[in-house]
Amino acid sequence: MTIINFTPLPALLGGSLIGLAAAFLLLAQGRVAGISGIAGGIIYPEDKNDISWRLMFVLGLVLGGFIYQWMGFGVGVGHIRAIVDTPLLIIGGLLVGIGTQIGTGCTSGHGICGLARRSPRSLVATLCFMGSAVVTVYVVRHLSGVA
Amino acid sequence: MSNLFRLLTALAAGTLLGLGLAVSQMIDPAKVLNFLDIFGNWDPSLAFVMAGGLAVNALITPFILKRQRPLLAEFFRLPLKVEIDKRIIIGGILFGIGWGLAGYCPGPIITSLSFIDRDILIVFIAFVVGTFASRWALAHTKNTA
Repeated sequence: MTIINFTPLPALLGGSLIGLAAAFLLLAQGRVAGISGIAGGIIYPEDKNDISWRLMFVLGLVLGGFIYQWMGFGVGVGHIRAIVDTPLLIIGGLLVGIGTQIGTGCTSGHGICGLARRSPRSLVATLCFMGSAVVTVYVVRHLSGVA
Repeated sequence: MSNLFRLLTALAAGTLLGLGLAVSQMIDPAKVLNFLDIFGNWDPSLAFVMAGGLAVNALITPFILKRQRPLLAEFFRLPLKVEIDKRIIIGGILFGIGWGLAGYCPGPIITSLSFIDRDILIVFIAFVVGTFASRWALAHTKNTA
C-alpha cells in the first residue's frame, strides 16, 4: 500500500462546510440533510406540498458547484470528470439510486447526520456501504484486471 | 413570508453543502475511487471529509436539538427508527457497489451537474431512474422490512 495525492486540508475544510450546511438545515427547518432522501421526495414524491424546499436545496447543490468553479477555488477544476466507461456509469448510478432508497440514506444522511446523532441504524448502513464499496473497488481494480 | 424564508434557507443549505462537496474534492470520482482502494495506491483524504463533517455536525447538533422547535418549522423531523432491519443492510450494500463502480454518491452526482458534462448527465439520469423505480416498487409492495 502506497499513500498518494493526500490533501487533508481541503478535505477537512470541505467536510466542515458539509457539517455546517447540515446543521443549518436542521436549525432552520428541522430537517436532516440526507441528499438521497431530499432528492427522492422530488423524483417520486410522497407529498405534493413538500417539494418546493427540496427543489431549492437541490438547486443549491448545483449552485455550490458553479460557485466553486467561478471562484476558481480548484486549480484545474476542468479536469474533474467521470473516469469509468458508460456501462459502469449507468450501472453505478442505478445502484446508487436503488440502494439509497432501500437503505433510506446515503453518505450525507447516514454518514454525517446519522452518525452525528449516534444512530445505530446509520452506523450499520455506513459500515455496509463503505465495506461493499471497498470490496467493489478491490474486485474491479485488483481481481478483474479491468480499469 | 415564512415560506419564502424556508425556500431561501433550503437554497443556502444546499449551496453550502455543494460548495463543501466541491472544495473537499468529494466530487472527483478519481479521488473517491483512490480513497476506496485501500489495498492499492491509497488516497486517505476523503476520510478527513467524513471526519470534518461529522465533527462539526456532532458538535453543533445537540445545541440545535435543545431548542423547542426549528426556526422556520413546527417541529424537528428526525428519523426515529433505531432497529436494524434487512432494508438498511441490503440497501447499504447495493449503494456501496454502485459507489464503488462509478465513484459517485448522490451529493456529488447533483453538484457535478454544474460541470455540464455528458458522462455526469448519464450517471444523474441513471440515479434518477434507480431512485424512481425503487421508490415506486417500495410504495407498491407490502412493507416486508
